[in-house]
Amino acid sequence: MSITGQVLRRNLPENVEVFDDSPSGSLELHVLAVDDSVVDRMVIERLLKISSCKVTTVESGTRALQYLGLDGEKGPVGFDGLKVNLIMTDYSMPGMTGYELLKKIKGSSVLREIPVVIMSSENVLARIDRCLEEGAEEFLLKPVKLSDVRRLKDFITRGEGKDSGERINHKRKREDDYASSSSPSSPSSSVLSASSSSSSASSSLSSSARLSKRAKLRNKD
Amino acid sequence: MDSVVQLQKQLVDYIASLFHEGFLDEQFNQLQQLQDESNPDFVVEVVSLFFEDSERLLNELAKALEQKTIDFRKVDAHVHQFKGSSSSIGAHRVQKVCIAFRNYCEEQNVEGCLKCLQQVKHEYSLVRNKLETLFQLEKQIIAAGGSLPAT
Repeated sequence: MSITGQVLRRNLPENVEVFDDSPSGSLELHVLAVDDSVVDRMVIERLLKISSCKVTTVESGTRALQYLGLDGEKGPVGFDGLKVNLIMTDYSMPGMTGYELLKKIKGSSVLREIPVVIMSSENVLARIDRCLEEGAEEFLLKPVKLSDVRRLKDFITRGEGKDSGERINHKRKREDDYASSSSPSSPSSSVLSASSSSSSASSSLSSSARLSKRAKLRNKD
Repeated sequence: MDSVVQLQKQLVDYIASLFHEGFLDEQFNQLQQLQDESNPDFVVEVVSLFFEDSERLLNELAKALEQKTIDFRKVDAHVHQFKGSSSSIGAHRVQKVCIAFRNYCEEQNVEGCLKCLQQVKHEYSLVRNKLETLFQLEKQIIAAGGSLPAT
């Protein structure tokens, strides 16, 4: 089983929520990242760790469910006793797709409270809609950026303890607000556009309920 | 420390040229942002992993396209993976060929696929050489007691 990433062993009874109070006083999220690409797992792990998250990476939906405990008895706790605060999963994976994993999680009375974010290299409106409708918090276009992770983290840590059904409209700002480096990043657009790269014309945009939850599509140059 | 300064300038210019010629894109910058004192070798590590993974994918692609009856879905799956990983490290030209490659897969165009396989092998070896040169330069700078210029 190729579960990588830093999983901290703690002498805590199971089912105890682990919201780590690191010395700096910041709360640490535990993210379960699911991706069949070994390169992407390494990148997402680094993205999350540099954003002060604990990370567990697995290579498939099946592994993810195993980690979370299919029987659901232990709740959203990994078999090593750490509560999972967020699941980030690739969409296109052999075997169980990210969408199928999402459905299984949202269909589980114990796991459904865990926010799920879908990542995909393909900007397909129908796919995005499907995922959001199934309860995904967010749909991120790959390659995932540091600003995406920071924004996600803020959203999740603010959301903890609140009604999980609440959806916050967290439009990504036009400029990359979180860019602390000097790298020349192309401006991220928060425009909810019918992307020209998508083959399907977007009459589905008329659904205003979808609009507020529509993923922040980045306009690639 | 003349030589260090020279090397550093060489490195900056070299990286700039790689961007200019489209070998690398913004994503490579993102990777460099993920490198710090606690993970000083991150870029080398992830790029090395990319090399390993790419060799595997290229082998799989060659095998799949040698079959009497080509399974285009399988070919496409490999290309999709290659497209993803090259995108994740910023190997822009490789990624572009993969996009064309996938179109040929969809059309079940054998000739197109074979052509793309050659192209993607070519682009991959180009970017691999470029990156290895880049890492060599970095090593030289460090060995000469210098620090890597901020990106």
